[in-house]
Amino acid sequence: MTVFLIRRLLQTVGVLLAVSLVVFIGLYAVGNPAEILLPDDATEAERQAAILALGLDKPIWVQYAVFLQNAVTGDLGTSFVYNTPSITLILQRFPATLELALSALFIAIVLGAPLGLYAGLHPGTRLDRTIVTGSILGFSLPNFWQGLMLILVFSIGLGWLPSSGRGQTGTLLGIETSFATWDGIRHLILPATNLALFKLALVIRLTRAQVRETMPLDFVKFARAKGISETRIVGVHVAKTIAAPIVTVIGMELGSVIAFAVITESIFAWPGMGKLIIDSINKLDRPVVAAYLLVITFMFIMINLIVDLLYTALDPRVRLGGKA
Amino acid sequence: MSDTPTVAPPVTTPSGMIAATPLATPSRWRPVWDEFAESRTALIALWVCVLLLLAAIIGPWLAPQNPYDLTEISFFDSRLPPFSVSPDGPFYLLGTDNQGRDMFSAMLYGLRTSLFVGVASGGLAIAVGVSLGLIAAYAGGFVDALIMRIVDFMLGFPTILVALMMLAILGQGVEKVILALVVVQWAYFARAVRATALSERSKEYIEAARSLGLSHTRIVFGHLAPNCMPPVIVIGTMQVASAISAEATLSFLGLGLPITEPSLGLLISNGFNVMLAGLYWISVFPGLLLLTLIFAINIVGDRLREVLNPRNAR
Repeated sequence: MTVFLIRRLLQTVGVLLAVSLVVFIGLYAVGNPAEILLPDDATEAERQAAILALGLDKPIWVQYAVFLQNAVTGDLGTSFVYNTPSITLILQRFPATLELALSALFIAIVLGAPLGLYAGLHPGTRLDRTIVTGSILGFSLPNFWQGLMLILVFSIGLGWLPSSGRGQTGTLLGIETSFATWDGIRHLILPATNLALFKLALVIRLTRAQVRETMPLDFVKFARAKGISETRIVGVHVAKTIAAPIVTVIGMELGSVIAFAVITESIFAWPGMGKLIIDSINKLDRPVVAAYLLVITFMFIMINLIVDLLYTALDPRVRLGGKA
Repeated sequence: MSDTPTVAPPVTTPSGMIAATPLATPSRWRPVWDEFAESRTALIALWVCVLLLLAAIIGPWLAPQNPYDLTEISFFDSRLPPFSVSPDGPFYLLGTDNQGRDMFSAMLYGLRTSLFVGVASGGLAIAVGVSLGLIAAYAGGFVDALIMRIVDFMLGFPTILVALMMLAILGQGVEKVILALVVVQWAYFARAVRATALSERSKEYIEAARSLGLSHTRIVFGHLAPNCMPPVIVIGTMQVASAISAEATLSFLGLGLPITEPSLGLLISNGFNVMLAGLYWISVFPGLLLLTLIFAINIVGDRLREVLNPRNAR
């Protein structure tokens, strides 16, 4: 176990180093930030001063060494645009993204689980086929276009909900969140739905498959033979059995939802990490892009590590480090 | 193959198309086709795919105008709603965009780009993924461990995120988008092919090929590969749909194709900018086309999975 953890952590460091090198070299080749930041009428002296201040005059490997050295101490560079440490910028926006992602997962489960449960209990019926086809439609629907249609219908057409921004946030249990104010919730509904629909299909299909696998099992037959009502069998015994794998898979999806939030945030001008990265790419704000890529790589390596550990805990057949 | 289903099938049934594909002899694919055709939804979806593919191929001849030839578009016709007739004569079935381009024509051209990117990246990803998967399964040991470690690593990241990272570094361009999509997709094929190949590897025909003294290359690509194809076909179908969607998304975010090669995603993005002003058609129609395309491909893929799944074999 310890050996496995150590090996994984070493791998993590290796991967991060590789990603940082690729990111640094790749982004270094894109444009000269000094040209982009300075106004067109900047004098040559101002240009030189800016290049000096940004450290762009040094050879690339020195810049990389400085970059790495700083990264280890948690300093991932200062944004060219905002003039604040990029890691601070990213962390500042993380709560907004997390709030959006969690709301989306919540909506996906609340809508998807009952639909999947019904479909799984009545396979082959017309409603089941509709739900299954609907779930294909769900994951066929390009996420960004679906978001535009939500805006078109609910903001422009009906005028019910705001189409952009995070709205008023308030403090709830010491956390600043949109849930605290009605305005915040109103702003959250459309983006969260947009992000949720993308995972809804997964929840439906997963629940349906789990139910179909569980229903023919012996313990269900036994419960029936004991005369337990069908509602209780499904609501208690089956639900308990299928809950663990569904929750695990959905939990793992949190990472992918955070990644997909990039699209949702861009459409709804949601001030999270995703919008920050797209804006930064367009403004060639190199430190922020580099910091984001490193943070997200780190996050995913950690998520994958936790998932591996969870798998081992849930399924003793998986042997750690058995490969390699 | 001894059977003789070579009497030309009636022109009205599309089964001849499948039988005529060089994938294998009719005797092998006939049952697959028959089972596939049992689902009417899947049949309709297949026809939609074929029609859209045709529309993309002959698009330039079908389109009333070349929307990227500045001499053919009139700025005075910009922002016309669907079913408009311009004072100069042309009829715009789906309206015009900001620059006065006919949306119908722009969509045909966009469909071409979208399908090209999807099929090209899917095809390349299959080539790379299948080769690496087969090599991993056949070679075993260190090679297998190395390849699968990379596969696991790739699959640990969401598709869109990796593509986004790559394009943030590479910049815009058709070949860059295709490269990014191949990088994010090959691992799915490698994993599926390796799993199938591992079980195929121990079968007699591979042993027979070995004892005949055939070269490794020939055994892997001539004998092992054809028998690992069913999962590749299923995943390939789904991945083409997902590639088209991913390309549209990236283009929408401004990271995909350049403005000179507009895909459906870019058309939608252009429409988004004017949507708040009530010009809904510029992003609604390309989106509907994109949805239809992806939906149809996914339904076909879903049906193929049911039909080709060995667990469901009859």
